[in-house]
Amino acid sequence: MPLNQDVFFNYPAKASTLPQILLDNVRKYPKDKVAIREKDLGIWQSYSWHHYYENTKKFALGLASLGFQRGDRLSVIGDNRPQLYWAQMAALCLGGIPVPLYQDAIEKELEYIIEHSEAKFIVAEDQEQVDKMLALKEKVSSMQMIIYDDPRGMRHYNQPFIKSFTEVQTLGLNFGKDHPDFFEQEVQKGKGEDTALIAYTSGTTGNPKGVVLTHSNLLTNVRLISKAEEYRDADQVMAYLPMAWIGDSIYSLAMLLDIGFTINCPEAATTVLRDMREIGPTVVFCPPRIWENILATVRVKMEDAAWMKQKMFAFFINVAQRVSTHQLKHQAVPLGLRLLYALGEFLVYGPLRDNLGMRKIRYAYTAGAALGPEVFQFYRSIGVNLKQVYGLTETSALCTYQPDDDVKLETVGIPCPGIEIKIGEGGEVLIKSPGVFQGYYKNPEATSEALKEGWLHTGDAGIIDKDKHVIIIDRAKDVSTLANGTIFAPQFIENKLKFSPYIKEAVILGQGREYVAAMINIDLGTVGNWAERRNIGYTSYADLSQKTEVYDLIFHEVKKVNASLGNEVQLRDAQIKRYLILHKELDPDDAEVTRTRKIRRGFIAQKYADIIDALYSGKEGVNVETKITYEDGRTATIRAFLRIREGETLQEKTK
Amino acid sequence: MMNEKRSHPMLKVEDIHISFGALKALNGVSLEIQKGEILAIIGPNGAGKTTLVNVINGVYHPSQGRIFFGDKDLTTMRPHYIAALGIARTFQNVALFKGMTVLDNILVGRNLGMRSSFFSQGIYWGFSQKEEVRHREAVERVIDWLEIEHIRKTPAGMLPYGLQKRVELGRALAAEPKLLLLDEPMAGMNLEEKEDIARFILDANEELGTTIALIEHDMGVVMDISDRVVVLDFGEKIGQETPEEIRRNEKVIKAYLGTATLK
Repeated sequence: MPLNQDVFFNYPAKASTLPQILLDNVRKYPKDKVAIREKDLGIWQSYSWHHYYENTKKFALGLASLGFQRGDRLSVIGDNRPQLYWAQMAALCLGGIPVPLYQDAIEKELEYIIEHSEAKFIVAEDQEQVDKMLALKEKVSSMQMIIYDDPRGMRHYNQPFIKSFTEVQTLGLNFGKDHPDFFEQEVQKGKGEDTALIAYTSGTTGNPKGVVLTHSNLLTNVRLISKAEEYRDADQVMAYLPMAWIGDSIYSLAMLLDIGFTINCPEAATTVLRDMREIGPTVVFCPPRIWENILATVRVKMEDAAWMKQKMFAFFINVAQRVSTHQLKHQAVPLGLRLLYALGEFLVYGPLRDNLGMRKIRYAYTAGAALGPEVFQFYRSIGVNLKQVYGLTETSALCTYQPDDDVKLETVGIPCPGIEIKIGEGGEVLIKSPGVFQGYYKNPEATSEALKEGWLHTGDAGIIDKDKHVIIIDRAKDVSTLANGTIFAPQFIENKLKFSPYIKEAVILGQGREYVAAMINIDLGTVGNWAERRNIGYTSYADLSQKTEVYDLIFHEVKKVNASLGNEVQLRDAQIKRYLILHKELDPDDAEVTRTRKIRRGFIAQKYADIIDALYSGKEGVNVETKITYEDGRTATIRAFLRIREGETLQEKTK
Repeated sequence: MMNEKRSHPMLKVEDIHISFGALKALNGVSLEIQKGEILAIIGPNGAGKTTLVNVINGVYHPSQGRIFFGDKDLTTMRPHYIAALGIARTFQNVALFKGMTVLDNILVGRNLGMRSSFFSQGIYWGFSQKEEVRHREAVERVIDWLEIEHIRKTPAGMLPYGLQKRVELGRALAAEPKLLLLDEPMAGMNLEEKEDIARFILDANEELGTTIALIEHDMGVVMDISDRVVVLDFGEKIGQETPEEIRRNEKVIKAYLGTATLK
């Protein structure tokens, strides 16, 4: 499709919106610079900036021909695919607003968001997502058109409001012939203060809230971070995290355009780690549970390895840990240790990084929830430049970061230059940044609670240490007090428990009670493996979770955590006195955790009220009947008897 | 839709007799498979179902009777000629090459379509390279279709049983057959796996237009997905009707489903 030469080359030099930057990129990058790759049919298919532009333009013109107006909302739902990114860009080019959705969200959540945002056009990846949208079409009046990418199974869908991505592009080609300057003119109309995204946050309480972010919000934040950490246009980034998560909008849309690196979409959810290995990304973003899972998998695989390898692994990981401890304290590393580390690099760390696809990493990040210091240190010790960052959807993602030479395990780093952070009343973290959102869509009360006098009230409790690092303790309202006045942060203890490869999730209780108790989810993979190797048969997760041997295993893990708590004077009383293992995993579909796996404490306190009572009334165990929801909305009931055990605590030593 | 399917008999089996020593495995079996249908072949163990499929496939030759595929007489043909005509099959006990990867196993299904010679394949130049790419693409489409990307490079012998069956289905589909013979595709699978395979069978029939004959023991599956059902017992056909009619056929019920279900 011929570019309109006049409009295109007489473009104002200062691009202030994402689409304007797209046009800049097409001009300045060579024809073969890859913008986005997708692994399809077993090979990596590459799209240059030119392809990106062409596809976006055709789709945008198609949307226009179907009645898309400036300000209209367009939702995408599905895995990370170039077509869904082009759809979001196309909406932006026409002055519209993308509203990305979580692909594993259940009907009720989707109905709420699409209704609330009044999304008109939905771009769905495949038949499964189209079916979800069809089920909602009757109930949501704003939905006009459903566009799908993958044609598999779509043969019999011939409703007039369902079209394929390529159909829309063909409509666009024709529309473009009749309106040759339309696209570039619409892009030019865009201004920095236009809304660029409405990102719905999965709230830990109540309905999701729509965070309104402008082009300026996103771009300024991108530029603040990329000055702090040097991103280059040669960087390779994996695009595999949900598009509904603000981190993906920042990295795979805003940063992709502004910095000009390449994003890579894996073939399927099951092949992400393998595809990562093929690409060798230079900038990697994973939520804590993925870092934890990878480490757990490494440990499990090492347990099955030959004796020699196990010994080598244990020895050199210990070396690495000692080296890393010196480095974190900014101490010189003794020569002997350095030599051993060099040997370890050759024998263990290098091959391990290579195996995990982490050989070329320049920056690796974790965010979204706290990462246990031990997991954090493991990766740093084997040479992965892992850093913690912190931010909220409301701040266009990252606000704090850790410079390469200033990493501390328990903090989330220093504010990015240009961003101010202070601690307000009740220890709440307050943020002032050009990336801070405009407000919650159609929700002025929530907005006025969050934005006061130019400062964003994050709802997180935190402190700033002497090195200007921010430490996030927990959600402000979750910080708990025992009956005897001991203050503790449930998340802090939960993280310690989750360092164990056998524990997948934990809920710490104790607000207003005599002692701290824990409800624990075991990790089916690692515990199942452990059980099989000891010839312990089991039929299901529920069955495995109640085995005496598993309770003993967890007993030791709890004991370790208690020992670490017992060493701190203020937390001595916060040791876990009683615990039980849950018969089912906490699941977002059951509303127990959010889509980003944050624990919804209020809801859990209600749903598991009788379990919690049993934990605090000295009973040996409790009968439970829990309702669960499958992904398609069907419900079922599970029954189990949960045993309760005493945890071994570290007693104060008399001097 | 049913009338459309009845009009073209794709495969005609006429009065087949075959014995193994003193055992009469098939005793005068005749049936027709219509183009585009899903035909289920059911019967108690030892009824002769696999033997029937082996005869159609050319693995055994009948002592009496004829088999027509369109207007071609298959009765005395060798299996690879029959395969080249467009009939593919899977095996009851999974016959994959255990040491080869999933990708290579499915590529084997394309073998009959490969025209370049042994030598030019060795040098991998020009025509044989283009051909390999073409076949690889077809195999990747099958892999994508069956959702087995994550095990593409895994040796087939290391896969769990359910996935091995899926790979075998992939190998049969890669040959782009007109008629697909499936021998107990659901054996040894749990409910979820069965539903997956059932979906693939239905998709192959609807999307790819493949005619399918399957031997199956799971009555639920048979009733749900087949257009017609043929019942064998002791080497003889005792019924050939739609699933609903078979359910009411007393002879079938007595022989196969048990007299207790006679209500």
